[in-house]
Amino acid sequence: MATNRQAATSSSPWRAPILFAVLAALFVLEGTVRNSMFSGSWNTSLAILNMGLISAITALGVNMQWGYAGLFNVGVVGFLAMGALAPVLISLPPVEGAWQAGVPRLLLALVVGLGTLAMAKLAWTRTRSGIVVTVVLIAGFVAYRWLFDPAVTAIEANNPARNGNIGGLGLPVLFSWLVGGLFAAAAAWAVGKVALGLRSDYLAIATLGIGEIIVAIMKNEDWLARGVKNITSIPRPVAQEVDLQQNPDFVDFATGWGFPAAEASGIWVKLSYMSLFLVVLLIIILLAELALKSPWGRMMRAIRDNETAAEAMGKDVTRRHLQIFILGSAVIGVAGAMMVTLDGLLAPTSYNPLRYTFLIWVMVIVGGSGNNWGAVLGSVTIWFLWIKAEVWGPALIALLTGPLPDSAFKAHLLDSAPHMRFIAMGLVLLLVLRFAPRGLLPEK
Amino acid sequence: MDFLNALVVFLNFVFIPAAAYGAQLALGALGVTLIYGILRFSNFAHGDTMAFGTATVILLTWGLQAIGITAGPLPTALIALPFGIALTALLVLGTDRAVYKFYRRQKAAPIILVMASVGVMFVMNGLTRLLIGVDEYRFDDGARFIMDVRTFREMTGLPEGLALRSTQALTLVVAVIVVVVLFWFLNRTKSGKAMRAYSDNEDLALLSGIDPERVVRLTWIIAAGLATIAGTLYGLDKSFKAFNYFQILLPIFAAAIVGGLGNPVGAIAGGFLVAFSEVAVTYPWVKVVGYLAPWYEPGGLMQLLGTEYKFAVSFVILIVVLLFRPTGLFRGKSV
Repeated sequence: MATNRQAATSSSPWRAPILFAVLAALFVLEGTVRNSMFSGSWNTSLAILNMGLISAITALGVNMQWGYAGLFNVGVVGFLAMGALAPVLISLPPVEGAWQAGVPRLLLALVVGLGTLAMAKLAWTRTRSGIVVTVVLIAGFVAYRWLFDPAVTAIEANNPARNGNIGGLGLPVLFSWLVGGLFAAAAAWAVGKVALGLRSDYLAIATLGIGEIIVAIMKNEDWLARGVKNITSIPRPVAQEVDLQQNPDFVDFATGWGFPAAEASGIWVKLSYMSLFLVVLLIIILLAELALKSPWGRMMRAIRDNETAAEAMGKDVTRRHLQIFILGSAVIGVAGAMMVTLDGLLAPTSYNPLRYTFLIWVMVIVGGSGNNWGAVLGSVTIWFLWIKAEVWGPALIALLTGPLPDSAFKAHLLDSAPHMRFIAMGLVLLLVLRFAPRGLLPEK
Repeated sequence: MDFLNALVVFLNFVFIPAAAYGAQLALGALGVTLIYGILRFSNFAHGDTMAFGTATVILLTWGLQAIGITAGPLPTALIALPFGIALTALLVLGTDRAVYKFYRRQKAAPIILVMASVGVMFVMNGLTRLLIGVDEYRFDDGARFIMDVRTFREMTGLPEGLALRSTQALTLVVAVIVVVVLFWFLNRTKSGKAMRAYSDNEDLALLSGIDPERVVRLTWIIAAGLATIAGTLYGLDKSFKAFNYFQILLPIFAAAIVGGLGNPVGAIAGGFLVAFSEVAVTYPWVKVVGYLAPWYEPGGLMQLLGTEYKFAVSFVILIVVLLFRPTGLFRGKSV
């Protein structure tokens, strides 16, 4: 990284406030002006903002890994998915009959599976004999499958139309956000332990792999979260629109502001989510900024800027890298849990690496790697543009192809407008990386 | 007899598919490993380069078929292949000019190049979608089988059949030709020697008057050729879907790392190792065991892992190699 950082030029102190004000103006325009470019609906505007805030939290996690330590995580989608499991496993009500069907046996199987890996590790450190390790692994695998297979069959046979999964613990959904962070942290520990301390490319490749595997598990293990049958009705931390519309006080309040009750209830719910997300975002930024200003933060930056020198000063670089990798992934996991809560739905097929890994990367790079406010600004801006490109892209292509006569070629161009988003995002990433590697809000 | 049946089942469902898949992975991994050896970064855009190359080949194939040119019993895509390679090579050379050259001059950290390759991946992914869309296409024509199940049964009288699809045979033949030509080029020609010298020691190579930009250009052209051939063979053998080419990136990286990044022989060995493990682990062995040990009645399919987890196999191989031998089996570049 050291080679790619330009000499710190003192940027104007007004830069960040102005950019944030421009962004806010865009959202206000989206909420109020109705024309070919904006929808003029506060519901749409706030929906974009809420998802933008979740992307911002994800980007903060990535920014810790990249901006503080120079670690390239290409498995963001996997850590998001890991966090997304938490609301399902923690806050859904328990499934009737699942416990009797075989949850204890399933848990035992998982313990045996993890125990086998631990035993294999122990066997390796004690004996250094490949044969012993292989025997341990094979025995453990047989025991695991013997326990696991019947339990899964029984659980998935339990009322498969509605459940067929193990269900949750029925705890509050806000608590599950924390657990989501823990889930992602656990996955990060496993990957980081193996891939850190080697070439920097290896972490990228290993995270690419773990990302794909986590998503594959979520798609195929029906007992866990019903796989591609999706989990709906995840508990909400805020009011239901229907309840608000039936509440006479709320209807009076809405008409007082000049909104019909239906629209106002949507806006109210989205504002409630927004407040929750803002609280989480601000807490994470506060902690991150405090950490960055502490001796620990100085050490992290020292390691990032010159690993050799930091190592010579007696810093355990690999250990610090593992630490920051786990912390960053935990933040991504929290964002994953929040996203599922916002959607009220866990749909494993929607976890696409292009959308959830690489778009987040564009956000971090554009915002300014190493700067937390930059990550937030970049995320919300890029998310706004990504959503609006759906409308603006075809309009732009229609404008550009306007003079062309109607032909198959023109039809093809008009049809392929959605694909242009990927090209545009790739170009944005490449251009920022090349011409403004410090991003919109450079690191101080 | 039972032993022969078991052998036929094994050849039909494990050996032949894995050999063809291994050849495709090996060609892909060769491209990754060459780029790593010369340019010193892991190219995340390689999967999408394969997709782009295959997409151009498919479009050219359709064009050829439309004007009535076919290759008889062979797939028409073989005629289109050289043109596809040329177009892909132009694209990657352009990318190198526009993107990577700048960072090379700057001597940027490898991870910056990796990140730039992610940007390139995005753009190429979009280009491929623009060219051909996101649907699944089959573009194999010509003879479908060299040996089909019925002929084999009639020939041998065994109840189990053995099929050899022409795309599988073609994959192996083309892969052997490509590898022979590549190694001849690397070991016998002046340009190939220059490439190896540059890969071994950049400074020494510069002192001996090797033009680095020429080496880099050659590398990209060869990588584009390998990617297009690998992608086309994979598409002929299975089918073309742009997203699958993104997913094949992981087995390709695993193959290249297992063999030792930067080591061409290792890439080939790694490709076959990954392919055979993947097929062996996800194949339900119950039929083979049924012939070999008729007294044993297993409860299930004897499948170690569902096919949907096949890339977990490459991941586990990758992890084991990283844990025990990070430079790969054949001693690639240092860690």
